[in-house]
Amino acid sequence: MSAAAAVPIRGKAANRSFDVERIRKDFPILQTKVHGHPLVYLDNAATSQKPRAVIDALVRYYEGENANIHRGVHYLSQIATEEFEKARETVRAFVNAARASEIIFTRGTTEALNLVAQTYGKTNVGAGDEVLITAMEHHSNIVPWQMLCAEKGAKLRVAPMNDEGELLLAKYEKLLGPKTKLVAVGHVSNALGTINPLKQMIAAAHAKGAVVVVDGAQAVPHLKVDVQDLDADFYAFSGHKMYGPTGIGVLYGKQALLEAMPPYQGGGDMISSVTFEKTTYNKVPHKFEAGTPDMAGVAGLMAAIDYMNGIGIEKIAAHEHELLEYATEVIGAIEGVRLIGTAREKAGVLSFVLDEVHPHDIGTILDQQGIAVRTGHHCAQPVMERFSIPATVRASFAMYNTKGEIDALALGIRKVREVFA
Amino acid sequence: MPELRDLYQEVILEHSKAPRNYKALESANYKAEGYNPLCGDRFTVYLEMDADKIREIGFQGAGCAISKASASMMTQSVKGKTKEEAEKIFHRFHDLVTGHGQGEDAELGKLAVFSGVSEFPMRVKCATLAWHTLEAALEGKQEKVSTE
Ligand SMILES: Cc1ncc(COP(=O)(O)O)c(C=O)c1O
Repeated sequence: MSAAAAVPIRGKAANRSFDVERIRKDFPILQTKVHGHPLVYLDNAATSQKPRAVIDALVRYYEGENANIHRGVHYLSQIATEEFEKARETVRAFVNAARASEIIFTRGTTEALNLVAQTYGKTNVGAGDEVLITAMEHHSNIVPWQMLCAEKGAKLRVAPMNDEGELLLAKYEKLLGPKTKLVAVGHVSNALGTINPLKQMIAAAHAKGAVVVVDGAQAVPHLKVDVQDLDADFYAFSGHKMYGPTGIGVLYGKQALLEAMPPYQGGGDMISSVTFEKTTYNKVPHKFEAGTPDMAGVAGLMAAIDYMNGIGIEKIAAHEHELLEYATEVIGAIEGVRLIGTAREKAGVLSFVLDEVHPHDIGTILDQQGIAVRTGHHCAQPVMERFSIPATVRASFAMYNTKGEIDALALGIRKVREVFA
Repeated sequence: MPELRDLYQEVILEHSKAPRNYKALESANYKAEGYNPLCGDRFTVYLEMDADKIREIGFQGAGCAISKASASMMTQSVKGKTKEEAEKIFHRFHDLVTGHGQGEDAELGKLAVFSGVSEFPMRVKCATLAWHTLEAALEGKQEKVSTE
């Protein structure tokens, strides 16, 4: 089928109650004009845009609630503390954790993963032990483990993937052994879009006695995540990739593991009593939340979750799936385009290269038409190496994207081919 | 509004497709490697210096059209020049692509086609990567240079 014959239907066919045009009105930045063209924002895997509800929550927090939490007896401090703990409960329900105390607020995925490496990792991984990751990890799910392994004399093992960008499950299972203390795996790959068979991977790791840390940064915006159903030991994600503010993220951890772990940073809020002789740590989750947290960020994250719930994560997922299928067909049909990452199970991401044209040049030419894509290695250099390319162009989708925007991208890519003809 | 054709001039596209002096020099007595971690562009510049003079120059590597064309045209413009002359051209070229130039600069010759880069600040590093690498090679530095 030729791309020109495809009629943009703007995501309504299969998902009737999902009104993308109405959703777009909730995101003020989508009105922006770039170089005289309407903004086509397809860099959502880097960070998503924020709905008015989230922006308002930040303002509301500073205008009406700002006070330090867990510290004052005064009115505002009490309100701020209540809101903060209400947000924790909202996050708990969002990922279906068993208890709110299993939700730790961090700066983002990166900090959450480093927290696990520096606390659980440092006390449970020793010389000769192994940490297993996969070939499609983001740098933030590689480097903390490399640092840990270097410090402890442990070994980092890497489970390979096939040419479609799918994890080789049998090879992964073979790599799991008595020395494997920890498995760190991305739920959804940011460079390829691959959804990993997490439940199976976790069960296999548990069978060998390994604890599993999940990098969920690219999963929570697109899929319904249930940490209990997955039986994940740790699950990390960032607010800013799921319509929330920057600077706030989450680490979920099983209560028993969290309780046995040493604290991450020392400071206020993470203690129950301090003398110069001895300090007793606060109970979880506060033990891992030293210092004044990003309270406005937490309010914004709660608003983002409420917003997503209001629309329905299943509906968002269905809409994005439709976009991805359409984009795969339309962009994949352009002469010279080679899709990178063609796993059967994918979410949100279309990565590609075009003839001999360098992604950076493609990015500039698309930008001239108002189209924002990511070009580069996407903080996943080993993935680029696996496919023997320096970089890709990545279009990544959110609930507010339309088939019309994918048509604009296709037109933009044709323009690139003209320039380089 | 910046125009794409100002950036992707014919000469630039032509050089990017068929770069000149694209070879590793057997006779090189100086070389340096340049890397832009943002986009993965990577070049090696080889120099055969005769005292202070660039007798031969070659480069190899991978990068976008702008960085490749810039490397190619750089090799043409500095061949036969002294170290000091080459550095002077680089400074003028740098001024040109960052928009600090004084308009027409006869001494830049063909390199003037890169003036459009100044309208695309994100691409200045692409245009200057090979030049920074040349500078490092001239200094006799062996370590990698990075534009980040
Ligand atoms: C898969 C994946 N993991 C981790 C991260 C790091 O997230 P953050 O920069 O928000 O800490 C990202 C985002 O860049 C990502 O895509």
